[in-house]
Amino acid sequence: MDWDLFWTSLGPIALGGLTGTIPLALSSFAVGLVIALFVALARISGIKILSALARFYISVIRGTPLLVQLFVIFYGLPSIGIVLDPWPSAIIAFSLNVGGYAAEVIRAAILSVPQGQWEAGYMVGMSRSVSLRRIILPQAARVSVPPLSNTFISLVKDTSLASLILVTELFREAQQVAAFSQQFMLLFLEAALVYWVICLVLSTVQSRVEKRLDRYVAH
Amino acid sequence: MSPTEVAPVLGVSGLSKSFGDHEVLRSIDLTVDRGKVLVLIGPSGSGKTTVLRSLNGLEQPDGGTVTVGGDFVLDFSGKVGAKQLAALRDRSAMVFQHYNLFPHKTVLENVTEGPLVVQRRPRAEVEAEALALLDRVGLADKRGAYPFELSGGQQQRVGIVRALALRPQLLLFDEPTSSLDPELVGDVLTVMKELADDGWTMVVVTHELTFARQVADEVLFLDGGVIVERGAPQQLFTAPREERTKQFLNRLLFPF
Ligand SMILES: Nc1ncnc2c1ncn2[C@@H]1O[C@H](COP(=O)(O)OP(=O)(O)OP(=O)(O)O)[C@@H](O)[C@H]1O
Ligand SMILES: [Mg+2]
Repeated sequence: MDWDLFWTSLGPIALGGLTGTIPLALSSFAVGLVIALFVALARISGIKILSALARFYISVIRGTPLLVQLFVIFYGLPSIGIVLDPWPSAIIAFSLNVGGYAAEVIRAAILSVPQGQWEAGYMVGMSRSVSLRRIILPQAARVSVPPLSNTFISLVKDTSLASLILVTELFREAQQVAAFSQQFMLLFLEAALVYWVICLVLSTVQSRVEKRLDRYVAH
Repeated sequence: MSPTEVAPVLGVSGLSKSFGDHEVLRSIDLTVDRGKVLVLIGPSGSGKTTVLRSLNGLEQPDGGTVTVGGDFVLDFSGKVGAKQLAALRDRSAMVFQHYNLFPHKTVLENVTEGPLVVQRRPRAEVEAEALALLDRVGLADKRGAYPFELSGGQQQRVGIVRALALRPQLLLFDEPTSSLDPELVGDVLTVMKELADDGWTMVVVTHELTFARQVADEVLFLDGGVIVERGAPQQLFTAPREERTKQFLNRLLFPF
């Protein structure tokens, strides 16, 4: 094992994580959650056309590979005159992807809040939208923490696909050092190790948050 | 006296409701005068909850009118808009069988949510009033607790305070003690008795006959969506006129 190479390449790989993987995952997740919330609300709105559109969107996202979605946006759109840089392409693709998966999580979480909570909101005089905002969504948010954490952890790993559309992130850094040094086994294992450490940290945070939130949910 | 003081706080006429082709309420009429307590009794499925929920707009009857405070009339045979439901809920407040407290809010926040967010009253005034009410039911020291930290009896007393804090003209109770362990029932009933003594106008669905006897001004026996019999508690409990009422009371008093 070439420990010198391991240590000298850890710098660029970790930097790729800090300036590529993590910001890409965080921004896509944030945008994705906003999309997901609206799609989930459309699904349960009771308005036929809205819920059909939402179902169609979710079905397309979940029924097609993420890599293909990424390629359609980065390599496909230019042929209809829309040329996007790697970063925006990646953020759009990952956000839309998270939007599709998290929408179902949020929808299930909203439906898991007992009907009596809506009624208590109405009873104190709230409209449907105020009850949703002040009573239902805070409880749904707590229920969604575990599944959404899983979505986020998957996303962190999935961002490695962005290396294929030339985004400088963790895995692309590893690939570049590997191509230069021809030490493929070392560099790819090293990349795996860094992903693993990131995910371990995230899982620890996740279980702490879950323990604290569980108590405030109507059972 | 002004006309509103003479008029009953609650008037219900011709209230009817079907779920599919199941007629759950068949033209219910009732009135409750200011400061009076009406108790609804009846077998499971007779429509007691449906009557109460209609009075808070949580169920939409197919027909009939509800008058609250003499000045507000809601006709359910027409289209009922969100504004009218809000006006109804502004006048009546409900205490739920399963409390339905907001689990993510503290006791104090549960109580102040409606007055602050919906009624937009000043925070200082609302909190002072909420604390005084919590103090009355012995829960002032729990103001910062979350519902999961309270016993069922304590949660239901918070539920009652939440309703009172809305300053309604009419209080609705749907079997407020039936999810409680027997030793916790007394605390809640005591609070309700005090409210009745203070002159609150109340409609109570309950199987607590002792409470009904002591507190009710009138008792209605509901069966199959119809008011079978109504009367003062003394009369209805000791000398019911209708056979169905007799059978129901017998089953309630001697279940085995
Ligand atoms: N949302 C609903 N959909 C269909 N049927 C309903 C619905 N709500 C109530 N019902 C029916 O209406 C009838 C009256 O119900 P309601 O809850 O008012 O009875 P209740 O007198 O309160 O009974 P209990 O003592 O069991 O609480 C029952 O037969 C019930 O099954
Ligand atoms: Mg009932």
